[in-house]
Formats: sequence, structure tokens, C-alpha cells
Amino acid sequence: MIEVKNLTKRYGSHLAVDNLSFTVEEGQIYGFLGPNGAGKSTTMNIMTGYLGATEGQVLMNGHDILKEPEKAKKCIGYLPELPPLYMEMTVSEYLQFAAELKKIPKNEIEKQIKDVIRLTMLEEVKERLIQNLSKGYRQRVGLAQAILGFPEIIILDEPTVGLDPKQIIEIRELIRSLAKNHTVILSSHILAEVREVCDHIMIIAEGKLVASDTPDNLENLMSGQGQIEIEARGNKAAVEELLKSVEGVASAEYQEETEGIVKVMITEKSQTEKNQTDKNQKDIRENLFFAFADRKIPLLTLKQNKSSLEEIFLELTQNGMRKVNGQKDNKEGKKS
Amino acid sequence: MRAIYKRELRAYFHSMIGYVFIAFLVAFTGIYFMAYNLNYGYPYFSYVLSGIIFIYLLAVPILTMRSFAEDRKNKTDQMLLTAPVNLFQIVMGKYLAMVTILAVPCVIYLLFPLIIKSQGTAYILIDYLSILVFFLLGCVYIAIGMFVSSLTESTIIAAIGTFGVLLVLYLWSGILDFLPAAAMANALGVVFILTCVIFCVWQMTKNWILSVGLEVLVIGVCSAVYIWKSSVYENLLSSLLGKQDLVDVLTGITSNHLFDLSGIILYLSVIAVCIFLTMQMIQRRRWS
Repeated sequence: MIEVKNLTKRYGSHLAVDNLSFTVEEGQIYGFLGPNGAGKSTTMNIMTGYLGATEGQVLMNGHDILKEPEKAKKCIGYLPELPPLYMEMTVSEYLQFAAELKKIPKNEIEKQIKDVIRLTMLEEVKERLIQNLSKGYRQRVGLAQAILGFPEIIILDEPTVGLDPKQIIEIRELIRSLAKNHTVILSSHILAEVREVCDHIMIIAEGKLVASDTPDNLENLMSGQGQIEIEARGNKAAVEELLKSVEGVASAEYQEETEGIVKVMITEKSQTEKNQTDKNQKDIRENLFFAFADRKIPLLTLKQNKSSLEEIFLELTQNGMRKVNGQKDNKEGKKS
Repeated sequence: MRAIYKRELRAYFHSMIGYVFIAFLVAFTGIYFMAYNLNYGYPYFSYVLSGIIFIYLLAVPILTMRSFAEDRKNKTDQMLLTAPVNLFQIVMGKYLAMVTILAVPCVIYLLFPLIIKSQGTAYILIDYLSILVFFLLGCVYIAIGMFVSSLTESTIIAAIGTFGVLLVLYLWSGILDFLPAAAMANALGVVFILTCVIFCVWQMTKNWILSVGLEVLVIGVCSAVYIWKSSVYENLLSSLLGKQDLVDVLTGITSNHLFDLSGIILYLSVIAVCIFLTMQMIQRRRWS
């Protein structure tokens, strides 16, 4: 279990991490999500003891990373943003060194290295120099180093960067299998990845935690304002008139009309509103279908755009930034 | 610590630097040995050692430049600092690996007095003690080089910086000759040096009252001593700093056959200070 309390990191006047607190439970995969420069890597560097925090505390299985560094660091496997590789070593030499550095008992080293090489699929390159490996392989060597010794907590900073799609899938599967016995924290700015792999998402913007929940809960949070995209063959005026009569349509935005096809983005009435008016209301898509069928206007596309994680991400992170900018404006205003 | 030591040692031989360093030292010693001992028939090997100190100025920066600078550049320091080893072990692992490389030529040197002996009279004890002091001087230079390497991310800057520092230390006694002998100038010099120390204190503590108080105290005491007995200051700087002459300890044994124990203590203290400062530099970077 990891406890992070009131973590703050200042670089001069720049605030990289701002009073961050969270708890990570055992046996789950946590995703750190945030735009570039949000403080993901800094937070991870502080959690692993590479950097010192300006304020705050990090507890790894109850061990303070600063007061009992060796005990705390023993429970962590860390893959930094740039895999820390010694280019002049071969893969197996490097893993041997990592194992000794992590103080893995001598009689286990060989077996552990074998396991890790098998898990990260490095079998065919294990005798090659790291400097001759491609980016994807280097990333996997870094990952192998992190999971070597199978520490209880595995922290991965953008683990799938530079991998090809097949490798990404393999590594994701590996991460998921690791989560059975380990706590995994990974950072990413690829939403699909976080969505697919993580049990719990923490969104960070400007060094602050702006959301922390399961992916489904995060999506439900916003799905009230779902949007529906339709394309119909007909003229704009007819479609416009038709949509006005359909129940549950909050607003419609006419985007373009090419070769007699009208494209419209429809915003649904939010769920709470709908529930108040009629609890047994059907899916708005059914209403639309029948309405168009009655008027004999062919409906070519009918697609629900559920508020995706991407939108939530943008919404939350930009809100965070707007807030910060707002504060700055206020301060400047006060000064002048 | 053993893991780091082993890895560093292996890296020096993977990257040729280790071989180059050893070959460089041994080759130049061979040339000087041939000229002094074999050609002119001088029976002391120690004389050769005093002649090749300048080789250290070129060889040591090459050995030490990558010790911390490269780690920082390649981000491999992240691996070391997040591993369950403490900082002292990391620094010592690296330092001892470099010292081991230095030990290789020094062990080879042990053969040279024996060659002299096979041809006639040799002074084995003095020669072996000279080799020991020569080795320790190398250890001091390596500690300094390691500290400079921990200051920067660029191996080139680390090498040039180390060369500069070692050159100043090499020319130390020559530089000291330029220091004035007059009491007034020496008093100002002392105040200047202590002010620099106080500036460091201020940098570390950011405490104005403490540093200004110390400065006032220093100026007060220095001027009081000057008024009381200005002759105290005469030649003070050159005699004080002259005691810190690292090369002097080696020439003491090679030229005058005097084994200077206080000099050895000076060597060991400089090594300890450099190791301490290296650790402080790495810590500082984590917190800034």
C-alpha cells in the first residue's frame, strides 16, 4: 500500500506538484493520467526516492521513503521515463547487475532473470549489447529491470512508449498479469491504454489531483450530456422541422450539407432532466429512427457519441488550467 | 556496493578507458625508466615517479570524467538512486573501481626496482614507499576528479575542469611564490578567504544575521591581531597554503627520501572531503 500525503515540489518559483494526496490499495492497477508537464514524472520520481519533496510524505508499505529509504526502496520496482540502461552491457549482464543492486539472494538471481526475460520476451536478444537494440527492446529491458525481484509495488512511467502495436498488447497483458500479485502504478497520456489496463484512474493537471475514480465511474459522471450524430438524405429545412418534433432533443447543430446529405449533431437532454419528465422514456435513438421512418427520410447514420474518457480528460485538465490561469489573473489584478 | 563496484570496473574495460589509462601510465614510466635508470644509471626508481606526475594531469581526468557525469546524462543515476543502496555505497563503489584501475599500473611499478636490483644496487624500501605515495597521490586526484564529475552532466566539461584543478595543484608551490610577504596584504588575504567561507555558509543556511555576525567577527579579530602584532601576518598565506602542497609530499620522498606522515594524513583528508562533497552534490541535486 502506498500513502502519499500533501506532496509538494517546488523548482524555484515553479510549482511542479501541488499538495497531492492519495492512497493506493494493494493488488490494483492505478493509472496516472495528465497532459505533458502535469507533474506525473515528478510525482513518480518523488515516490521512488529519486527526488526529494519540498513538503509532504510518501509511505511505501508503511516505510517512509526518506527515513527508511532502503526498506522502502526494496518494495519498489521503477521504470523511469527514460529507461536507465547501460549501453555497453549486454541484456543479461545488465539484468545481473540490476539483480545484485536490488540485493536479490544469490541463489535466486539466475531463476529470477530467466523468469523476467521470459515475461518481457527478451529471449532472442539477451546476449546482445543494449546499444544495438531498438527502442522497443530497450523499453522492455527497462521494464524487465523494474519487475526483477518481483517487488510488491511496480511503478512504470509511460511503459509502452516506443513499442509497436503487437508489443503494446503483450506488455499490457504482462502488466495485467502482474497486477494479480502486485500493485502497479503506471503513467500515460494515452487514454485508451489507461482505460483498458487500469482499475483506477487518477487525473493530474498542473500538479493537482483533479479526479480519481474507476474508468466507468468517470464516464458515467459525464454521460448525461451524450451526443448523437446523424446523417440523413434530405433537405436541411425538412430535417430541421422533423427534429423539433422529436422528444428528448435538447439542441441540434447542423454541420454540413453535401450532395443532399445533412449531417447533424444532436445533444441529448441530460439524464436528470429526462428522468423528471418521464421515467419510462425510450432511448432517444429509437425516437429518431421512427420519426425519420414516418417521414420517409432515409437515415444513413445514427451514432451515439458517449462522452469519452478523452473528453473527460480534456474537460478536467483544461478546467484545472483555467482555474490556475484565473488565479494568476486575479493575483495580477490585485497587484495592479 | 559490490554490484556497483563490479559494474564500474567492467565498464572501464568495456569502454577502453581502463586499458588506455593503464597503458598510458606504464608506457611513460617505461620511457622515463629507460632514460633515467637504464641509460644514466641512476639507482632510484623514485626519481622516475617524481618526473611523471604530470602524466596524472592528463590521465586522471580521462579516468574520472564519466564517473558521475555520464550517469546523470544517461539517467542511469535514477536506477542507482532508487535501488536499495545508500548514497555512500554508490559513491564508494565508483571511487574504489577507479582506485582499482590506478592500482594496476602501481603494481606493475613494483617490478622496476627489482630490475634495477638485478643490475646492481637498488633502494627497494624507498622505491616502494615512493610507489605507495605516488599511488595515494593518484587516489587524491581521482577523488577530486570524481567530485568535479558530479558537478556537471557533460563528460568533456568534467575532464577539462578536473585538468584545470589538477594543474593548479601541480603548480601550487610556484603560484604561492607570487603571494606578497607584507603583513597588510596577508591580513587582507586572510579576511578575503574567510569571507568566501562565510559566503558558503550563507549559501547553505540563507541566514543573514549569522553570516553578517560572522563577517563582523572575522574583520574584528583580524584587525585586532593586526594592531596587536602585525608580524604574525608576514608570509602567513604562503606558509599556510604551502602546507597544503600535495606534490610536495611526493617530492619529499622521491628527492629527499623523507617519508612525511602528516602529508599522508593530508592526502587521506582530501580524499575524505572530496567523497563527502560528491555525496553532498548528489543530495543537493535531489532537493533543488
